[in-house]
Amino acid sequence: MKREALPANPDPVLNQPITPELVKKHGLLPDEYDQVQEHLGRTPTLTELGIFSVMWSEHCSYKNTRPLLKGFPTEKRGATPEFGRVLVKAGEENAGIIDVGDGWAIAFKIESHNHPSAIEPFEGAATGVGGIIRDIFTMGARPVLLTNSLRFGELESPATKRLLRGVVSGIAHYGNCVGVPTVGGDVYFDRSYEGNPLVNALCLGTLRHDQIRRGKATGLGNPVYYVGAATGRDGLGGAAFASKELSAESSSDRPAVQKGDPFMEKLLIEACLEMMEVPGLVVGIQDMGAAGLTCSTCETASRGGAGIEIELDRVPQREPGMNSYEIMLSESQERMLVIVQKGRESEIEQVFAKWDLHAAHVGTVTDTGRMVVTQHGTVVADIPASALTDNAPVYQRESRVPAYLAETASWTPEAAGLADLDLAGAKAALPRLLSHPTIASKRWIYRQYDHMVQHGTVVLPGSDAAVVRLRLGASEKFIAISNDCNGRYCYLNPRRGALIAMAECLRNLVCAGATPLAMTDNLNFGNPYKPENFYQLKECVAGLAEACRFFDVPVVGGNVSLYNESPEGAIDPTPTVSVVGFIEKEEQITRQFAQEAGSQLLLLGGAPTELGGSQYLGVIHGKKTGDAPDVDLAAEKRLQDLLLSEIRARRVKSAHDLSEGGLLVAVAEKLFGPGRPGAAIDLTGLKAGRLDALLYGESQGRVVVSVAPGNLDALLAAANAAGVPADAIGTVNDGTNLSVKTVVGTLEWPVSQLRLGWETSIEGAMKRPGIA
Amino acid sequence: MNIAVLQFPGSNCDQDAFQLFASGLRLPTRFVWHKETRLGDADLVVVPGGFSYGDYLRCGAIARFSPVMAAVRDFVEKGGLVLGICNGFQILCEAGLLPGALIRNSSLEFRCVTCDLAVADAGTAFNTRVLGRRIRLPIAHGEGNYRIDDAGKARLEEHGQILLRYVDNPNGSMGGIAGIRNEEGNVFGMMPHPDRAFERFHPSSDGLAVARAVLSVRFPEIARKTA
Repeated sequence: MKREALPANPDPVLNQPITPELVKKHGLLPDEYDQVQEHLGRTPTLTELGIFSVMWSEHCSYKNTRPLLKGFPTEKRGATPEFGRVLVKAGEENAGIIDVGDGWAIAFKIESHNHPSAIEPFEGAATGVGGIIRDIFTMGARPVLLTNSLRFGELESPATKRLLRGVVSGIAHYGNCVGVPTVGGDVYFDRSYEGNPLVNALCLGTLRHDQIRRGKATGLGNPVYYVGAATGRDGLGGAAFASKELSAESSSDRPAVQKGDPFMEKLLIEACLEMMEVPGLVVGIQDMGAAGLTCSTCETASRGGAGIEIELDRVPQREPGMNSYEIMLSESQERMLVIVQKGRESEIEQVFAKWDLHAAHVGTVTDTGRMVVTQHGTVVADIPASALTDNAPVYQRESRVPAYLAETASWTPEAAGLADLDLAGAKAALPRLLSHPTIASKRWIYRQYDHMVQHGTVVLPGSDAAVVRLRLGASEKFIAISNDCNGRYCYLNPRRGALIAMAECLRNLVCAGATPLAMTDNLNFGNPYKPENFYQLKECVAGLAEACRFFDVPVVGGNVSLYNESPEGAIDPTPTVSVVGFIEKEEQITRQFAQEAGSQLLLLGGAPTELGGSQYLGVIHGKKTGDAPDVDLAAEKRLQDLLLSEIRARRVKSAHDLSEGGLLVAVAEKLFGPGRPGAAIDLTGLKAGRLDALLYGESQGRVVVSVAPGNLDALLAAANAAGVPADAIGTVNDGTNLSVKTVVGTLEWPVSQLRLGWETSIEGAMKRPGIA
Repeated sequence: MNIAVLQFPGSNCDQDAFQLFASGLRLPTRFVWHKETRLGDADLVVVPGGFSYGDYLRCGAIARFSPVMAAVRDFVEKGGLVLGICNGFQILCEAGLLPGALIRNSSLEFRCVTCDLAVADAGTAFNTRVLGRRIRLPIAHGEGNYRIDDAGKARLEEHGQILLRYVDNPNGSMGGIAGIRNEEGNVFGMMPHPDRAFERFHPSSDGLAVARAVLSVRFPEIARKTA
């Protein structure tokens, strides 16, 4: 339909003609620009072009991933009991919500802030935390925990140290001040992330069912409020910036990085939750994250099947002279859009006055289905809201198997002539693996995070999964949470790597004594226009979806971050998964450390036999090759079911899964608890192949547990009945050494020495001269 | 008995402090908003941790000017009992209700760890007989490095005003000082968090003992009853 052009804008900047160059600068393809004109029935204004460019960016529209994401299960299979039921599904709202019984629910989601963190690590990471917290409290939930998933280049590089220091202090700055504990996370160091670190932040909140709020604009004539911080010129076009590759010129995009104010966020949380407690006051609410005022207005209008009119002169502004393009595209932090019931304006204003925050009445809900924006009396944008959201373009990209896979997948140690370990080599490898930053203790990182505020943290950072007590009204419940993804496996076999990410995450939860509930994912990949990258993306998503269906763990939301490339190339595909699990009784909380002398150590799952994709190959031989370890989902499930029932039967004292570094790393880590025991291990009875694969290979579906001697037979019998291989491999003792009998002789290390290397490796690398 | 927990914008351990007294010691506890000019009939005022007003200036530097602090000052002058935890300790120092100052940790980093603390015999009910020689409490701060001039330090020592010292100094504090009281013995401040050491699953339950030790300065009966 042809429409009249909008009236000329008195501001010549806003009135400039829309040239092909200008369209290209906004990241829109010529074909997409044609669609813009079609939706509008005319040529867009500059403000409108900016609005389309951010809303149709990958970050906001998922235009290259939407068809893939449809494969994710968003609900549990069949009739579900109340507990674990999905109340708000993935994609419906700012975060998914799961029923945890007694009228209570949890909301959680993970989101990336990779590109901002690459350019400005402190502010980038800080605002990543702020953004995900807003996604949670906008649902009506009180944020109760944070985790994060970080990826950096090799720690030796000064650039990585700068990024790590900046990112960690940014997360600490924001999370600590806002008073939400950062209870866990995962961190990998690998060359592929050089120049393009990954910063994924997760927040979880609690709420009653009746507190669930939606990002919906409904009710003709209802007032639209803008609350929180004033709008400035920061973060202009951040969503578009996040949707292109990083280059040497990216640092000139620094204005696209936002600046966070955690104090403002804390006030905003309290004021918003207080406002939402007023019965019937709030009709809809949405945070202004990516694409700021633009996204929040058109998304709420589109979800509500309504329109919104806003007047920019009423928007609180940090500096004078901002034009409509800048105001609409600003990504200033700590702002929310709230639609309230008509006639109750004074009630929202009262709440915000108490907290000394802006609450500006900026607009009205209409029934036109359009987003209409005026400034200084001139209409600057008039767009069908659905054109920006549901009707954004969707692409099925071309996919091609990357050439490198033929070589890596067929690699075997035999064909490559890799000699198996002798006694000296086996002994030297363990301390080197333990002190590699990917495996080493992350204490240097998590001691900078307040992980105890709100006094509910039960299992502190540094375990397989964090455990937190939730206080829900008069009752209390315990949940566990873990993040996982080994990008190395995903690089070597995208589908299997994704299956492993999910299987391992669930295994970590089960080790803590938890039943998995639901998952949120953060898909970090390279430029999807490169067919090899799209292949990785497609395969990883298929793997995650398969694992979610198999384990019946629904996806309740997530985030896609593409274009993670630096001039060196794409990152390893990194589909980070985070699963929340539920622990029935406090006494079922299980830790990873073996404490008491005399406890028997059992390896569940059988002897590891594979070397492909292992840290051993990476750290000791400098290779990222081989196929990713095999995954047998049915065997994994048998193992996890057995472990959970044995934990519930109180026969398992501690449990730790084998992951990076394999069996000996897992055994050593079991000894790093407060009890500081030693252990004597004998592996000569295992049916094993190569020694390197047995000691340091990363075959999946393995867990080392400790049991009281009197329970050993019962556990072995239960494992036998469940069809889970189980081998007694040794005993915890009150000595000071870890000794391991192998077919080539006995290996022995003082535990304190192993521990020191593991505990201080990152600290040592990050030490600043002259600072205590 | 009536415990008043102050709430500044940016307080984030207000709930923790509340629960320490309300569920840990089962004492009547309530919040007092920073804009209030009166405390009501409080027996103990708790200044909780957090980042009052964002702490973008010096920690506690703005909070000391808030209306409620004038009321706290009056309360202290009349002999009222006050406990400042973490940011609360910083605020009490900024307000001049406790001597000394807290600066950036010597590591220049935030620290969240559980610390062994040596109880110093402080000449009040907060002493080794009540608490034992060693307790364990979490810390979580970026600016907990206690500083005071030599004369001030000598006075602290002379009057037994030092409550707690770190066994392994995590922040560079002078003499490992983790907590002090005023000379009169009614204002207590400490960087460690007793409000994170009172539940079954906390690193210790010493927070309860610390809260009782402070209470027993004025209310030995109550402290005994809650034990």
